[in-house]
Amino acid sequence: MLNLRDAGSHFWDRLNPIQRKIFVVVAIAFLFVVPYLNEFGPTSFLNTPIASFKDALVYPIGMFVLMALGLNIVVGKSGLLDLGYVAFFAIGAYTGAILSTTTGLNMWEILPIGIALAMLSGFILGLPTLRLRGDYLAIVTLGFGEITRIVVLNSKFTGGTNGVPNIPPPPKVGPVVFNIMNPQNYYYLIVVMILLTIWMIRRLSVRRAGRAWEAIRQDEDVAMLMGVPTLKYKLWSFTIGAAVGGAAGVVFASKVMVIAPGMFDFQVSILILACVVFGGIGNIWGVVLGATLLAYIPERIRFLTDTRQLAFGLVLVIMMNFRPDGLLPRKKREKIKEKAKETK
Amino acid sequence: MRLEIKDLRVFYGKIEAIKGISVVVNQGEIVTLIGANGAGKTTTLKTISGLRPVTSGSITFDGQDISKMPAHERVALGISQAPEGRGIFPGMSVLENLEIGKYFRKDRRNEMKEDLEKVYHLFPRLKERAFQAGGTLSGGEQQMLAIGRALMARPKVLLLDEPSMGLAPMMIANIFKIITEINTELGTTILLVEQNAQQALQRAHRAYVLETGKVVKEAKASDLLNDPDVRAAYLGTGANAH
Ligand SMILES: Nc1ncnc2c1ncn2[C@@H]1O[C@H](COP(=O)(O)OP(=O)(O)OP(=O)(O)O)[C@@H](O)[C@H]1O
Ligand SMILES: [Mg+2]
Repeated sequence: MLNLRDAGSHFWDRLNPIQRKIFVVVAIAFLFVVPYLNEFGPTSFLNTPIASFKDALVYPIGMFVLMALGLNIVVGKSGLLDLGYVAFFAIGAYTGAILSTTTGLNMWEILPIGIALAMLSGFILGLPTLRLRGDYLAIVTLGFGEITRIVVLNSKFTGGTNGVPNIPPPPKVGPVVFNIMNPQNYYYLIVVMILLTIWMIRRLSVRRAGRAWEAIRQDEDVAMLMGVPTLKYKLWSFTIGAAVGGAAGVVFASKVMVIAPGMFDFQVSILILACVVFGGIGNIWGVVLGATLLAYIPERIRFLTDTRQLAFGLVLVIMMNFRPDGLLPRKKREKIKEKAKETK
Repeated sequence: MRLEIKDLRVFYGKIEAIKGISVVVNQGEIVTLIGANGAGKTTTLKTISGLRPVTSGSITFDGQDISKMPAHERVALGISQAPEGRGIFPGMSVLENLEIGKYFRKDRRNEMKEDLEKVYHLFPRLKERAFQAGGTLSGGEQQMLAIGRALMARPKVLLLDEPSMGLAPMMIANIFKIITEINTELGTTILLVEQNAQQALQRAHRAYVLETGKVVKEAKASDLLNDPDVRAAYLGTGANAH
């Protein structure tokens, strides 16, 4: 079967530095025009029938890509199965909602607070549970996701079932205005966040943390025998993943302006995990592609109301049968000889 | 360097796998731990490395009690292990496997080249295969890599768990020859766990015989080679073989 990942990396390898710059510029220009593709004749088939295309680009598509990248740090890099990732998204969203409606802080000021709170809860949850292996961790994180939702549902300060209304949008940055009339600007903001996240993951992956995660994922006991402080690095991947989820939450709240507990149920965790697995665990571009498709397709086929979920599920099952490692699986590295020349 | 295990007990849940053993490894020695399947050899090594918690008893290293110390700190003290089944990272190249053996060394940048040379000198095959994925090596090559990787940490004591497991006779002889070389030329102390008692007793200075979690014999290795009980139980030759 066609190997998209190898085709992609061969394409990139063959480009000289100038061609690469041109490619990056073209790619960024493309990302810039994406919100207008549905208005342009030949690509108008992309239009989403019910939700406005620009809104769909922000949520679910952009948000799913961002969260899938965050979850991929946990599941794909260090091999920890987190079934409650939505909790961090919820913590970010409620931090944004509550602080922006009760204090004078704006979204830009709240963003670091939301990230910090998500990381802190990731740390507190991780410290006792990351000593556990495999299945236990999955159960505990699943429980954490549900507990977070139930707490939010039953607390006064979160508005209970009604949630938090009237969340103000972020103030403008230079000429870029954030309001209902300009959903594309939220999209651009999320693209920037996605690019920052990708940059961060790539930086970390080539460093000691990346080596440690790789070792932990392949064999945790042996990683310990090599002197890798496994608990520390598992905690790191968990809290960095939480940070991305928290950041997504803060922006989400300011975009949708009203949040309620129903937006943060278990299904979201599973969908995000499905994005990661569908795209290719551990491969950044696979995860981006997987999340884009899994968020977009249900929006695109919304006219199928009744059979929509069925069709979607069928596509997933068939796909995973043909490509069990995802659309763009991570490198298996049977032969790594070509690297020999680069390093020597 | 002195590794001392005293009255060590280790449990898996309610099952007592190690029932109060005492073992001493002195500087410069090769000490071997022999015993049948399930005797508790691997458990002993895992406990020394910190992968299994101690229920009671103590492990002291250079006079310091390390029985509560996290595993990665024990590596930094100078305890390295080539685990049972080799534990090669299948998705990393041979070179990356070796590099990660130095993970905790503060001065790894400067030591890397020298130590890689050292390992490649002991195992020239690894140099030829430096960029091959660990998972695609043959069993013998993986064992070489496991030992080489443990040496990258510049251990004071090297723990080897059944290095001969699953290897052809030629390769077994080769691995044992290199184990002696590591001991004599690099001066590394070795605690060797083996089922291949013949080879292990020929190479080691002292030996312990482990049976269902207890030390049943402790002697000079050469004495055990001629011990009728040991010959009958572990060397596959009855008392009448003389
Ligand atoms: N993870 C575990 N859970 C429960 N019991 C275990 C576990 N690991 C080992 N045991 C038990 O502890 C005892 C000692 O096992 P150990 O692996 O230390 O033996 P060994 O001497 O290394 O044997 P072998 O030569 O077959 O490798 C055995 O009875 C084994 O069944
Ligand atoms: Mg064993």
